[in-house]
Formats: sequence, structure tokens, C-alpha cells
Amino acid sequence: MRADPSQTSSRVEGLSDIPEVSTVLDDQSAEVPEIIRGTGHLPEMRVDPIGLFTRVREECGDIGRFRLADKDVVLVTGAEANEAFFRAPDSVLDQAAAYPFMTPIFGKGVVFDASPEERQQMLKNQALRGDMMRGHAQTIEAEIRRMVADWGDEGEIDLLDFFAELTIYTTSSCLIGRPFREQLDGSFAEIYHRLEHGTDAIAYVDPYADIETFRTRDRAREELVAKVQAIIAGRVAQGEIPKEDRDLLDVLIAVGYDAEMVTGIFISMMFAGHHTSSGTASWAMIELLRHPDVMADVVAELDDLYADGSEVSFQALRSIPVLESALKETLRLHPPLIILMRLVQEDFELLGHTIPAGTVISASPKVSNRIEEDFPKADEFDPARYVDPRQEDLQNRWTWIPFGAGKHRCVGNAFAMMQMKAIFSVILRDFEFEAAQPLDSYRDDCSKMVIQLEQPCRVRYRRRAT
Amino acid sequence: MRVIADTGLCQGHQLCQGEAPDVFGFDDEQDVVVVLEEHPDESRRADVTTAVKYCPAFALSIEED
Repeated sequence: MRADPSQTSSRVEGLSDIPEVSTVLDDQSAEVPEIIRGTGHLPEMRVDPIGLFTRVREECGDIGRFRLADKDVVLVTGAEANEAFFRAPDSVLDQAAAYPFMTPIFGKGVVFDASPEERQQMLKNQALRGDMMRGHAQTIEAEIRRMVADWGDEGEIDLLDFFAELTIYTTSSCLIGRPFREQLDGSFAEIYHRLEHGTDAIAYVDPYADIETFRTRDRAREELVAKVQAIIAGRVAQGEIPKEDRDLLDVLIAVGYDAEMVTGIFISMMFAGHHTSSGTASWAMIELLRHPDVMADVVAELDDLYADGSEVSFQALRSIPVLESALKETLRLHPPLIILMRLVQEDFELLGHTIPAGTVISASPKVSNRIEEDFPKADEFDPARYVDPRQEDLQNRWTWIPFGAGKHRCVGNAFAMMQMKAIFSVILRDFEFEAAQPLDSYRDDCSKMVIQLEQPCRVRYRRRAT
Repeated sequence: MRVIADTGLCQGHQLCQGEAPDVFGFDDEQDVVVVLEEHPDESRRADVTTAVKYCPAFALSIEED
């Protein structure tokens, strides 16, 4: 049967043979905001989602469940269940309806993600095409060099502020176009950050609830619309723009979209590539600082690679094995998305259970990436995992899932890896870094569905002697 | 070696064709990879391995005969 949207909010019968995880945070306790009292595991997911998801596997095994208000969420881990989850077609497991916290950010009428068919079509025609990568690599190199141009010989940066701003410029320039990027400044990144911070799990009860987080989110979105509106007005006043100078914004204006719609499209285009790349770059830096031996190997590899004067935009598209292994290990330990959700559209058979339509089903990169049987000493940062013949990413394609897996596997993963290689090629050859706070004090703020580094997260840099 | 492509996973990035165009082709109608040479010569191992490793969809693999 197909889920009737009007009924998907009622708890479904038929899950009783799937174990439910224990409760550690009383959902009626005084510390729980009133709006989410009695919502099962929702209060815990707002303060310690990783603890919750990890406990589901510990207590229930490869398939368990927790409760978010009136929704049962089945959480699967392990290769067999993950494969079934990731291989299921959209008609059976739909992801659009599973992320209510995104709707107010994108705006109504802007889809969460295209279908696999549409994604494939976009890939053929658009910015993520393989033969566009060379140009993107040049763009990214130029953007990093602009960001460090005023660094001087030494100083201090906040990782979140720095990489969040850099990746606003790179994603906007590569995905929307250089003219649009040139009309942005640091304030755009700051507003965008407030938008990302508006992903409170309270949205599972009401994405428009009258709470401060959501009011901040909605104000941020209005500010972005106003900025885009001003840019559109400027373009219109400019009159006819020569064909070679046009970007996606000019196309959308010509099609007749208003600022509200254009902003929604841009937010959704940039969303998947922004906090994810920003967080990965930050965590890669932190892990390299925590493991000076790996840092030394990476720097030596880069020095050697570029000794012949070759360009970053050339090498970033090629193999840089030591750096790549460090990046993969960063992604395994710190996947930017810790849970991936789908709404079950038709009764779904999994590991001998029937999961009824209307249930939410999920997989957790954070938990799967640390399954001890697949990744020995799973909590240790060990880039040697990716060296032949171990290749723990390829050997565990259904549990090494920082980019997800299957048809919906992150379509931007090649772009993302290229971007990371370009970033570290530039900054590690020109500068050396050290932690500006205790190494174990860097941690994620998991209070929102979009996870970001907790501030302060500062590092010091010093220009390398030439 | 035997080259396997899972067309249920292929997203049509076509990077494999850049690495080993004699082994990997593309079906424009279906938008998916086509294995042109299921048992490539041992001399092609390096390029095929690179194609498998960098496939953005993790859709390729090598099985030893």
C-alpha cells in the first residue's frame, strides 16, 4: 500500500517485533522545552544524537527503533541492512518527506533533492560534470589564495568562520557563477550560517513553531532574499548582459523567477556542499594537528608533488594518496551528516521484518563508519586503512558511508574531494599550523540537525620559511 | 581479473572512461556505464584499479579470476 500523507503522522502498528531503544532522558523532565514534552527520544536527539544512535546499535543490533513525537524511526546499521536501505528505489523509500527541518529553509516549492533520474540529467548538463572540474579546481584555488592573501606572516583563525566563508565563495562561484560570487561578501556567509543553525529537531513536531531558533532562521532567510533582491535589481538595471558574462542568476531572472524563488533555489543548491565541506576541512585540520606524524607525511607529499612547479588546479584532480587517506579517515570519523532518513512509502521487508508504510527509516554514517568488525580499532584515526590491500572504504561499501551510498550517494563527492585537495595543497605548502587551544577541546555542536564545530575552534598559522 | 559494474548504482559520472576508455564505455540511452572488456589484459590493471577507486558512485569492482 502507499502511504496516505494525511495519515503518516500517526504511529504505525506492526513494529512491535523491532526492539525499541532505552530512554535516558525523561521526555517529561523540567529541562525539556514544553513544546517537545512527551515526544519520546526527541529531547535526547536535540542534546546527544550520537549517543542515541550509538545506543540503538548497542542495545538493538542491526535494526532498532526510537521515537520522535508521533513518528517511529527505524535505525539500521551493518552492511546487509544498509545495502537494502540504500538500494531501495524512491518509490519505496522517499527522502524528500523525511527532513521537515529543511522545508522552511529552502522555502515552499523548492525540492529537497532531485530523483535519481533528475540527478543524472543534472550531472550531464550542469556544474558537477566531470569535464567542468578543471575550471572548478582553478576557481577554488583562486578563492583560497584570496582568503589567505591578507594573512601576513602569522596569526590566528577560527576554523568554522574561515572555512564556512571560504566554502560560501567556492560553492557559489562553481555552482551559480563567478559574477554572482563577486557580489557576495563575508556577511552572506554569516547569514547563511544562521540559516543552517535553524535546523532544530523541534521541527519534527512543528517546523514553524514560535521559538527563538526558528525566528532567527526566518529572519536570516529574509535577509538573504533581500540581498538577492538587490543583486537582481542591479542586474536588471544593467540591461542586456553579454552572453559570455551571464551566470545562473541571469538565466533564472530571464525565466521570470522572483527573488524569493531564486533565493530558495540558491540555498538548496549550496546547502549540500556548504556545511559539509566546511566541517570536513576543519576536522581534517584538527586531525592533522592531533597526529603530527600524519601531518608531516602529508606536507612531505605535497612538497614533493609541487616541487616541479605544477599547478594546484592540475594536481587536485589527480591522485594525492597520503592526503586522500587522511581526508577519508577524517570523513569516516566525522561524517558531516550523522543520520540519513527516508519515509517508507510501501511496506518494506528488511532483515525478516516488515516495516509499514508511514514509518521513518534511517541509516547512520556516524555509527556505521565505526563498526568494529569492518574497521578494526574503529575509534582510532588511521589513514593506513585506505592503502592497498586494506582499502577499507571499497571493502565496506555499505558501511563506509560518509557520502551515503547507492543511487543517492552524494553526487558532489568527487567535487568535494577535489576541493579538499586544493585547499590543503595551498594552505599546507604556504603555512604551518598549530592548535590554539587544547587538542581535545575541539568538538561538534550537535544541538541542531546540521552539525557544526563548536566555537571557539581556533588555530594559529605561521608562514613557512622558503 | 574480472571487471564488474553495478548499473543499479552507476550515476553516470563517466570518470571511468577517462581512466580506461578501452574497458569502460557508456550507454547514452540508459545513462549508465557499459563494460566493454570484462577480462582486460593484466597490463591494464593500474588504470582499471584507478577507475574503481575513484568511481564517485562506488559502482565498479574487480574480482580475481
